[in-house]
Amino acid sequence: MIPTDWLGPQEWQAVRLSLRVAGVATLVSLPFAIGVAWLLARRRFPGHGLLSGIVHLPLILPPVVTGYLLLVTFGTQGPVGSMLKPLGIVFAFRWTGAALACGIMGFPLMVRAIRLGFEAVDPRLEQAAATLGAPRPWIFLTVTLPLILPAILAGATLGFAKAMGEFGATITFVSNIPGQTQTLPSAIYALLQTPSGESAALRLVAVSVVIAMGAVLVSEWLARRMKGRG
Amino acid sequence: MLEVAFRHRFPGLALDVAFEAPSGITALFGPSGCGKSTAINAIAGLLRPDQGRIALDGRVLFADSTNLTPQARRIGCVFQDARLFPHMTVEANLRYPSRWRRGAARDFDRIIGMLALEPLLQRRPDTLSGGERQRAAIGRALLSDPALLVMDEPLAALDEARKAEIMPWLERLRDEIRLPILYVSHSVAEVLRLATTVVLMRQGRVLHSGPLTRILADPELAPQLGAREAGALISATVEGREADGMIRVATAGGPMLLPDLDLPQGQALRLRILAHEVILAREAPQGLSALNVLPVTVARVDGGLIQLSFGNERMLAQVTPRSVKALELLPGTQCHAIVKSVSVLPS
Repeated sequence: MIPTDWLGPQEWQAVRLSLRVAGVATLVSLPFAIGVAWLLARRRFPGHGLLSGIVHLPLILPPVVTGYLLLVTFGTQGPVGSMLKPLGIVFAFRWTGAALACGIMGFPLMVRAIRLGFEAVDPRLEQAAATLGAPRPWIFLTVTLPLILPAILAGATLGFAKAMGEFGATITFVSNIPGQTQTLPSAIYALLQTPSGESAALRLVAVSVVIAMGAVLVSEWLARRMKGRG
Repeated sequence: MLEVAFRHRFPGLALDVAFEAPSGITALFGPSGCGKSTAINAIAGLLRPDQGRIALDGRVLFADSTNLTPQARRIGCVFQDARLFPHMTVEANLRYPSRWRRGAARDFDRIIGMLALEPLLQRRPDTLSGGERQRAAIGRALLSDPALLVMDEPLAALDEARKAEIMPWLERLRDEIRLPILYVSHSVAEVLRLATTVVLMRQGRVLHSGPLTRILADPELAPQLGAREAGALISATVEGREADGMIRVATAGGPMLLPDLDLPQGQALRLRILAHEVILAREAPQGLSALNVLPVTVARVDGGLIQLSFGNERMLAQVTPRSVKALELLPGTQCHAIVKSVSVLPS
């Protein structure tokens, strides 16, 4: 058994919350990232450059600005937030908001990795599948997706790592409420603000390093396994 | 019957392609960059031509208001680079079309057997040799239950040994499966061995199309296949064996003799008679070692290439302009063709 008492309950809460936020952010944004990556890699349409620019915005804007824009848009008074509120979907100052912020901050990284995957797939393989009678959605599922799985995995790992470490946009959008929106980075930040918090902060830093390394190792192991099969 | 007529404009190349492909193997022949691959992409539905009409057995695949998807065209494609799915086994590749083209699923064992794919089924495409890969690709195309098989330089990426390995499979395909095949190639050897009909292409246009035997015996068109290759291709049937072992064959122009070959009676052959292996004489020659001396009539004179009619067959003789004058070779002239050597191609 791993001893659990070397972290206080509040610290454990931050670790669990961070894992949940990063996991949800990655899983929910992944299908969108695949869709946008496909559009950018395979389609030419008016607004192609604009879409690419918008997707990359979170990468180049200061995270605080992204967080503030989220607050303005998805806050309870914001245009989108006020529309979603009657449906029971609230982002502001909830863990769901942290997941939204982390998802958006990680989105460009995921799209970039997956887009490279799409660009590396030989479209002539898909043409061959079409001449064999397979409808396009089936070709996407049976030829394209399996061939870009390593890229999807790389994108998901990047997105997850980004989500685990996201700080600026999250703290701006959903603040730093212990048990609600206090993720690992914001817990470390809060601990460093208190005189006695340094040793607890150091332990959380160690947890961060272990999770990040673990994510990379798992993703590399999966990629190797898939390569072995494919 | 495949009917093709389309125009398409690329930067730097304007295509105006029109030909018909009856059953058998139709070779689309021409140098690289003449538009052969574009033509087959248009036929397979992988490229939309600017205008035209493409129909297969009366079914319109492409016209002004029609543009069937590749899925709906039922054209099996074998590409130069095989294009097997790298993440699947050979068996999964071969079974890929069966979900959508159920018609061919019952042929699975027969096609596996014909192409000897059984030992490869569990292998991955990247562990196959080039020849094995092409064989698997041919099998996969056949299992898509096609109404036409299109092969885009299927041997071009292979070395001579691999080509020799694949050729017999293509011949079996031609002879065993009653399927029209459009075969793109820039290799004279492949066309001679496989094709029944030839479409000669140059710079986006069709120079000529027709039966291979006609083109080979045409002094104007034969050089398009390569000057050294001018000559006739004649169909023959083995009649019997002479006392000394020579083989007697029947052709549309009369009997001919071949050296002792292990050929059963009734075997259909293609005889290749190169123009520079034929000597002409006005008088019946006496005391000659050559066995095949055929009475012929000059049909056409084109420089030093003389087209000769020989019963219902045509052949070519390569002579010097001086001989043309000395022998007074004019259309209608009766003379004797001395055939020095004949090569035998399986049919």
